[in-house]
Order: sequence, then structure tokens, then C-alpha cells
Amino acid sequence: MWTGIIIAVLVLLGLALVFGGLLGFASERFRVEGNPLVEQIDALLPQTQCGQCGFPGCRPYAESIANGDAINRCPPGGESTIKALADLLDVEPQPLDAEHGVEQARRVAVIREDECIGCTKCIQACPVDAILGAAKHMHTVIESECTGCDLCVEPCPVDCIDMITIEPDIRGWVWTQPKAGVIATDRQEANS
Amino acid sequence: MTQLWNFSGGIHPAEHKQLSTTRAIQAAGIPKQLVLPLQQHIGEPAEPVVAVGDHVLKGQKIADVSHGMGVPVHAPTSGVIESIGDYPVPHPSGMSDTCIVLKPDGKDEWCERYPISDYRKLDRDQVLDIIHSAGVAGMGGAGFPTYIKLKPRRDRKVDTLILNGAECEPYITADDMTMREKADEVVAGLKVMAWILRPERCVIGIEDNKPEAAAALREASQGTKIEIAIIPTKYPSGGEKQLIQVLTGMEVPSGGIPADIGVMCQNIGTAVAVARAVFEGTPLIARIVTLTGEALGKPGNFDVLLGTPVDYLLEQAGLKPDRVSRLVLGGPMMGYTLTTTTVPVIKTSNCIIAATASELPAPPPEQACIRCGQCAEVCPMELLPQQLFWHAKAAEFEKAEHLNLFDCIDCGACSYVCPSSIPLVQYYRYAKGEIRMQRAEQLKSDRARERFEARQERLEREQQGKELRRKERAKAASEAQTKKKAEAEKAAANGEAVDERAATSALVEQALARKKASTKAAQAQQAHTATPPEPAQEMPDMEVLEKQFAQAQAKLETMQAMLEDAKTQQADNVEKLERAVAKNHDRVKRAEDALAEAQSETQPTE
Repeated sequence: MWTGIIIAVLVLLGLALVFGGLLGFASERFRVEGNPLVEQIDALLPQTQCGQCGFPGCRPYAESIANGDAINRCPPGGESTIKALADLLDVEPQPLDAEHGVEQARRVAVIREDECIGCTKCIQACPVDAILGAAKHMHTVIESECTGCDLCVEPCPVDCIDMITIEPDIRGWVWTQPKAGVIATDRQEANS
Repeated sequence: MTQLWNFSGGIHPAEHKQLSTTRAIQAAGIPKQLVLPLQQHIGEPAEPVVAVGDHVLKGQKIADVSHGMGVPVHAPTSGVIESIGDYPVPHPSGMSDTCIVLKPDGKDEWCERYPISDYRKLDRDQVLDIIHSAGVAGMGGAGFPTYIKLKPRRDRKVDTLILNGAECEPYITADDMTMREKADEVVAGLKVMAWILRPERCVIGIEDNKPEAAAALREASQGTKIEIAIIPTKYPSGGEKQLIQVLTGMEVPSGGIPADIGVMCQNIGTAVAVARAVFEGTPLIARIVTLTGEALGKPGNFDVLLGTPVDYLLEQAGLKPDRVSRLVLGGPMMGYTLTTTTVPVIKTSNCIIAATASELPAPPPEQACIRCGQCAEVCPMELLPQQLFWHAKAAEFEKAEHLNLFDCIDCGACSYVCPSSIPLVQYYRYAKGEIRMQRAEQLKSDRARERFEARQERLEREQQGKELRRKERAKAASEAQTKKKAEAEKAAANGEAVDERAATSALVEQALARKKASTKAAQAQQAHTATPPEPAQEMPDMEVLEKQFAQAQAKLETMQAMLEDAKTQQADNVEKLERAVAKNHDRVKRAEDALAEAQSETQPTE
């Protein structure tokens, strides 16, 4: 009887050792560099790189969220980003933290070119290299690459940068959600 | 007899076609003004090649595409270009787009045309070029450039060419009347397209409610291999995918195009446009438009110049303004309500319905879904309209996409049968639009991330380069130091000078001599260049400072004026303006200080 028990214990012990070794080897061999969660969070952030969250760019904020920071500090992303982050991290969505700014319509920076003195200060401030120019020459914004982050406005010594709200145009237009119908009695009243 | 298949679902709405088939096609004539949008097709908008004030001839190219996909726009009649700018265009958004406005001179004078009698002698690419420069785009509704469609990828051989004469949507009879009256041109256009594509089979699909059109085409196509297939009337048999299924039994794969299964579908109107482009050298400058609805006194089909305003056409068709309650562009199933009658007819406009209140009543209010499943029964694409509706309403677009939302053809059969009158198809359009927008945003943010990361990398590289150079400099300095030390030691050891003190004093003497020499040289140089350039440098500096000061003052004044304005209007940007004024005050002060300083510095020297 004892031999049976000993054999069973030995077999299980052997199995445990073998699999333990395998798992240990696998965890070393296939180690994941960095936190994969950061990538997923970063993909949800709007990549405006505006720094309104208090971090120098979207990725640092993503890292901070992965370490348990609040998810409601991104004004450019707004409600939808908060919702997506809440879904990903399985937490309750919170309203946008007004301390970091309010949600605004998409904007782009436009340089009033005849006023530009060519100081290159905005070029240095632009987080996505969307401003083109050289010292003592006029600068201009590459509109398709501008994220509307606002960071170039403050450094400009002659205040020649405007943030312009992008007006919806015919090519970017999409159907809106059908309005929830009024109830039948309301409609009759409206018609009469 | 052609073998026919069936597609699932479909509906049989009241046809209302006889309203507009009693009259023959009439010419609408030349209105006082033609408005020609630069984008009447899918792809890039065309760019104007004429200027305001130019006189153009009928058929002359007035806008062309230089890059990307698109077709040119031509002048529908001779006249003067009145303006180029934003005008309302036929679009569900009711927005404006860039248009060229042409004022006809009434002479209707043609430009030089180059008709081709035997296209078979030309290269296929040459014929495609003719079709492109004639501005032909699909006239069934989407407006896809025809020359691109007629040139499928090399690995996609088109076996079956289908001419879509089903015209399944109620009210519309433009294709029906075209087939009846212009059967020869339809067949000629089809022959050109068949010659380009070399298909094994050529079919014209016609619904069985158009026997006259079928008879006319049968006569016109006698002696050719063109098949005339009479298909049962059912909406939406005129949908490209549905017609292909009815005529070939094959299904276009999800997300694919008909060319993937060796089939191509072309519209009746497009065939006529192709025939005219080749045999007459006439660009696409007119089209057949159905004007119908019970609010019209003389409904019928009209041969309309592109750019003709809708209100002009309605007048021609005897509009009774007191009876009309809703204007619809396109059919009652897939069209959209027009908010203004100033919009022009474009290459894709096939029908205008002026409906009375009883004809197209306002939709009853939406009620809750009772899960009857009728929408799923009629869906020609075999989708799950109920689930799609819930996901679209809850903004769960990923789930809707997973249920093949993008296979929906917007036919509206589900909305038509819904007993709770839920605007189902509107929800799907909304969801599709949102998904497309999200995709575009995702693309943009991905690019921003890439650029941001590239910039970070570059900055780091620069930083590292700086560090490296600094280290190198420090290393070089320390090396020089040790070398000097070693040399001094060596000199001392060699006993050139007997004691150390003598050696150091010699070194000090040497240093002194060097120093003397360098100061002398510097003085000499200063004497050379000192006096003349200094005032010269000073003068422009003063000017700049003065200019800055003046600018700052001017800015301050405007800011103050704006602030006053804002204050009187109680605008909410008062605070911001106040800040700006303060900022500008600072700036003025700084400029003033700088100016004063510069002045006090320059005066003594002068």
C-alpha cells in the first residue's frame, strides 16, 4: 500500500518539477518587453500630444494610466476616449476632468504668414513636426498633419498663429442618428 | 429563354411608374443659368480650367482632373462663365460645394467634335481615353468613373457584361423611356463596352413591367448575341448584387466587387453616354431625368442639360406649388428630401418627385421594435436588420460591423415593412458614417503618433550627439593638459634649466610675451574696423525697435477696441481679451524700454 502512495507522490512530484521547469524556461525565453497594456491604451488616446493631461505626450499618459492614474484627463479625446478606456480597463467611466480643459471641436493652427518673423519658436514647440520653415523665413502649418494641440500659440512672439475650428464640409459629412420620434399624440397636436 | 435565379427577400411597393410614361421624352431647353458642380462623381473633384468671364462653347472642357480618380466637366451649352464659387449642390446634407456657373448665350454653339465611325480600328486604351475625356461616370446613382470600371485588374477577366435595365425603384422611368426611345444607342454603347471587355456573355436585364422597352431592345439587338432577360418585378432587383444573382446565380463576395466573380454591371444611361462619346464625340452634358409626382401637372421624362436648376425643371413640368409637400431627389426608397430647389441636375440625378402630402406622408413616429422579424425576411442581403439596429442605436459600431453592416446596400426594404415604422436604414447609414469617421480619425492619430515618435527619436539623437561632442572636447582638453605637464616634467628632467624655478619663470615669461603679442594684434584689428561699422549697425537696430514699438502700440489699440466692443455686447470672451490687452501693455512697455535704452546708448557716440 505504501509503495502505491509513494509512487503516486513521486510521479506527481516529477510532473510538477518538469512543468515548473518548462514554465520557468518559457517565462524567460518568451519574456514580453514593456507593458503591453501601455500599447493598447496609447492606441485609444487621440495622439494630439498636447500635454493637457499634464504629461509630455500621449504615451507618457498611457504609461501613467497603466499604473493606475485617472482616465479622465484627456480633453481632445473627450467622452468617447474615456468610454473606450473604461471598456479596456474595466473601470467606471468618469466625466472629463475640467481641470485639464474642456472638449472642443477639432481645430488646426494657421499661421498669418505676412506677420510671421521667422523665429522658429513654433517649430520647436510642435510635437508632431507639422510646422515648416527656417530661421528668418516665413513658417507655415501642414494642415493635414496638425493635431490642433495649441502648443505653438504660446511661444509665438508676434501672436500670428490662430487656432481655427474645422468646419464640417460636404466631403466629411455623415448621416446623423435619427431623432427619437415624438409620441403619436404629440404629433397630432403638432399637425393640427 | 435565359435561365433565371432568385435572390432572397425583396418587396413589392406600389410602382407609380405610369405617371411619367405617358409622355415621350421632351427637351427641357436652356435655362437662364447653369450651375455645374466640380464633383459629380466618386473620386477627386475636378479643377476649373476656365476663368470667370471666359466664353465657352458647347461641349468644351471647363474642369479637368489632374491627379487621382475622376472625370472632367464640360460646358452643356455655349455661354460665358459667370462665377466660380460655392453653391448648393444635390447632396443629402444640403451643403454647398464648388461650382462653375455658366450664363448661356442662347446660340448653343458646338465646339469641334471628333466622332469615330469605326472604333474597332483604335486601341482599347484609346477608346477608354475617349470615354474618360467625355466625362462619363456611372449614371445609375453612384457616379463611379466609367473608364476605371471598364478597366478591371488584369487578373479579373469579365465573363458576363450586364446592362442594368431593371429600374426597380417606384416612380423612376428614366431608363425605361431611354430604352424605348433610344434603343439603338443603348445597344451601340453596349457593343463598345463589350468590345473593350471581351466578355463571353452580354445580358440586358429588364423587369417584366417594361414590355415596351424589352420589345424595343429586342428589335435593336437583332442579329447580335445580346440576350434580353425579362426578370420578375421585385424591389431591389435593380441593385447590382441582386441583378447579378438573378442573372447568373452567383453572389458577389462580401466586401468584394462584381469583377471578383467575373461580372460587370453598367447602367442604361451610361451605355448611351458611351455611345455618344464614341460615335458623336459628344461629352456627357445632358441626361434623362424623370419628373413625376402628383403635384406636377405634366409629369414625364425630360432631356435635361447638366447644371439645370431643379426649380426650372419643375416649372417645365407644371408644378402646382400649393399641392407639393415634399420634393425628393432620386426614388422614394433610396432618394433624399431636397431642402432647396436651386440645386442643379448632375450626372447622377435620375428622378425628381414632387409629392403631395397624401402621396408621401411624413413618416409616423418610431415605436419600439416588436421583434416580428419582417425586416430580416425582406433583407435582400440576408443580414440581421434587428441586431444591426440595436447595435447602431447603442453606438456599438464594432458589433454592427461584425454583423456585416457594410454589406447593407441601403435599399430601405426593412424600413418599408417595419410595422413599428422604425427608420432602420437611417440608423445603418448613421452607423456606417460613424465607423468611416472613426477609421479616418484612427488613421490620423496613427500618423500623429508616428511623427511624434520620430521627433522624439530625433531629439534624443541630437541630445546624444551633443553629449558626445562635449565628452570629446573634455577628453581632448584633459589630454592636452597631461601632455603639457609631461613636457614640462621632461624639460625639467633633461636639465636644460638647472632648477625648477628657472623653468617656471621661463614659462611665465613665454606666456607674457604671447599675451602681449595677442593684445597688440587685437588693438591693431580694432583700429582697422572700429569706428565706421558701429553707427551703421546701430541705425537699423533703432529702426527695427521703433517699428516694433509702433506695431505693439497698434496691436494694443485694436485689442482695446475689441475689448470695448466685447464689453458692450456682453460677449463671453471679455476675460480673454482683457488678458490679451494686459499682455500687449507689457509688450508696448518692453518695446518702449528697449527703444529708450537704445537711444541713450546711441546718442553719446553720435
